[in-house]
Amino acid sequence: MFHRESGYYKTSYASDSALYPLPVAKWAVAGFAVLFFVVAPLLVSSYYLTILNLVGIAVVGALGLNILVGLTGQISIGHAAFMSVGAYTAANLATRFDLPFWITLPSGGLMAAAIGIVVGFPSVRIKGLYLAISTLAAQFIIDWFIVHTPAISGGFQASIQVPRPSIFGVVLDTQRELYLFILVTVVIAIVVALNIARSRVGRAFIAIRDQDIAAEILGINVRRYKLMAFAISSFYAGVAGVLYTYYSGVANNEFFPLVVSIDYLAMVIIGGMGSVLGAIFGATFVTLLPITIDLIMSSLGPYLIADAGSLSGIKSHMRLILFGGLIMFFLVVEPEGLNRLWLNIRSYFRVWPFSY
Amino acid sequence: MDMFAVWYFVETTINGALIGLMYALIALGFVLIYKSTDAINFAQGQFVMISGVMVAALAADYGVPVFLGAIIALVFMILFNVMLERIVLRPMIGRPVVSIIMATIGLAAFLEGLFPMIFGATTRALDLGIPNEPIIIGDVYLTPINVVGGAVAITFFAAFSWFFMKSRKGVALRAVADNHQVSMAMGINVERYFVLAWSMAGVVAVLGGLLWGSAIGVDNTLAVVGLKVFPVVILGGLESIPGAIVGGVIVGVVEAWGGTYIDPAMTQPWFREFFPFEGGGTKDFLPYLLMIVVLFFKPYGLFGKVIIERV
Repeated sequence: MFHRESGYYKTSYASDSALYPLPVAKWAVAGFAVLFFVVAPLLVSSYYLTILNLVGIAVVGALGLNILVGLTGQISIGHAAFMSVGAYTAANLATRFDLPFWITLPSGGLMAAAIGIVVGFPSVRIKGLYLAISTLAAQFIIDWFIVHTPAISGGFQASIQVPRPSIFGVVLDTQRELYLFILVTVVIAIVVALNIARSRVGRAFIAIRDQDIAAEILGINVRRYKLMAFAISSFYAGVAGVLYTYYSGVANNEFFPLVVSIDYLAMVIIGGMGSVLGAIFGATFVTLLPITIDLIMSSLGPYLIADAGSLSGIKSHMRLILFGGLIMFFLVVEPEGLNRLWLNIRSYFRVWPFSY
Repeated sequence: MDMFAVWYFVETTINGALIGLMYALIALGFVLIYKSTDAINFAQGQFVMISGVMVAALAADYGVPVFLGAIIALVFMILFNVMLERIVLRPMIGRPVVSIIMATIGLAAFLEGLFPMIFGATTRALDLGIPNEPIIIGDVYLTPINVVGGAVAITFFAAFSWFFMKSRKGVALRAVADNHQVSMAMGINVERYFVLAWSMAGVVAVLGGLLWGSAIGVDNTLAVVGLKVFPVVILGGLESIPGAIVGGVIVGVVEAWGGTYIDPAMTQPWFREFFPFEGGGTKDFLPYLLMIVVLFFKPYGLFGKVIIERV
C-alpha cells in the first residue's frame, strides 16, 4: 500500500484532485474489491460477517456526518434521529405498500434529508455550540414524535417487523447475503462522498467551514450550502438507518438513541475530521471497540473474577470506561485522529529508508 | 381536584419555578466553565451524578454522616476538576469546539462507567433530613425539597454575584472571561483562574448532587439532569449567570405546565382528532422546542454575549 511517489510532482489542479493519484492506486482498489467482495463472503464465518455488516452500516452513517461536521464545520448531535427517520420511512413503505428495497432505501434517505433541512434551518442564524444544542433538541423532538405517533411507529413498543430485502426473487435473509447488499451500498456511499469532497460543492463546504463570512464574500451562497450539507448528511444517515432496519429485521427507535448520535460524532472525530478515509477508520474503530473489549473481558475475565454476575456488570462498566478514556486520550494525544496516524506512517515509508 | 383552579395553576408554576432554580444551579457550573475557559462541559450532569453517588454510598455503605460525606465529595470534586483541567482540557485550548465537546462526552462516559463500578449501580436514597410533608400556604402545596433547593440556589446565586462583582478574584475572573490575552498582559495568572473556575464548578456540582440526589434518588440516571442544562443555558445565553437563573425558571415552569396541562389535554378526543399522538411525556422535549423558537429571534439566547464576527 506504500504506493506513493517520493515527492510532490503534481502540476495541475486536475491531477491534484484525481481519484487515483497513481496508476498503482487502481490496483490497490482492485485488491480491496477482491478482498471484500470475493474473499470475505467466502471465507469469513458468519459471526464475523455480522460484525462487518455493523461496520459497513456505521461507515455509511459516519461518511454522512463527516460531510456535515468535517467538511462544513457544523456540529450535529442528532445524527441517530435521522437514522430513525430513514428506518421508519422504509419500514412503513415496505410493510404497507410492499415496496422493494431499491425504492425504500433511497426514499428513507430522502425523507431523512427533508427532515434534515428543517433541522438544519437554525444553522442559517446560529452557529457553534448554540447549533450543536439545537441539533440535540432535534434528536429529542424527532424521537418523541416518532414514538408518540402510532401511524409512524406502528403502535406497540414502536417497533415494526420488516420483511427481508429481495433481489431478482432471491430473499436476502442470511448475514452472508445481507453482507453483499450492505457492501454495495457502502461502496456507492464511499464513491459519492469522495466525489462530493473534490467537487465544487465540496469546496464550498470547506470554505464555509474555514470562515463562513469570507465564503459569503467569495460569492458562495452560505445558507444554501449549509442546508445542502444538512440534507446530504441526513440522507446518508437515513440510508444507514434503512440498512440497519434490514440488517436487524425490525425498525425500532431504541436502536437510535442519543448515545448512537454521540458514537457517530466520536467516529468522525477519532477518525479524523474532513477525510473519507478517516470516517471509515473511525467507524471501524468505534464499532469494533466495544466488541473487542467484550471479547477480551470474556476471555480474561473468568481468571480474574470468579463471580459471573459481577463479571457481566464489570464488563458493561469497563466498556464505558475504556470508550470514554480512549476518546479523551486520542483527542489529547492525536487531535487529527486515526487518519493523521495513517498519513504519518505512510509519509515515513514514502522516503524509507532514507528519511531525509 | 380542579385542574383549572387558580391555586392549582399557582402551585404548578411555583413548584416548576423551584425545580427550575435547581436546574439553574447545575447550569451555573456549566456557565462558570464556559465563561472563563471557553470549554464546553458536557459532563456537568455526570459531575452531579458522581458527587451524589459518593455521598449516598458513603452514607449507606460506610455509615458516614451526609454532612461529612458532602465535605469529602467537595474536596474530591475540587481535586478531580483541577486534575481534569490540567490533564485533559489545558492541552485542548484552541482546538475546535467539536473536539472539546467530544472530549467532555468521553469524560461523561468514563465517569458513568467508573463510579457505578466502584460504588455499585444500585439506586440509593439520599436523606438530607428534609421532611416529606408538603408545605401548605393557603391552597398551595409545595414540595419541601424543591423549596430548600430553590432557596439554596438563590443563596448561591447571590454569593456568586457578590463574588463576581465585588471580590478581587471575581473581578480577575471576569477579566479572564472577557479576554485571555489582555488579562495576561495585565498580570493576571490566567491558568490559575482556569483552575479556580473548574473548582467552583466542582462545588456547584456537589450542591446539585446533594439536592437532586435527595429529590429523585441516586444512581446513574441522576446524570440525565445534565441534559436539562442545555436548554437552560442556551435560553439564558451561554455566558450569563443571570441568564442561567432566568433560563432555569423558564424551563422549570414550561416543564411543569407541560406535565400538568398539555399531557392530559393530549389524551382528549378533540385533540387526537387533529394530532393522533399517543401518551404524554411532553416535558422531555418542550424546553428544547421553546429553546429553538427563542434561538430564531435571539441567536445568542436571552442574555448571551452577541459575538460580532469579522473576517
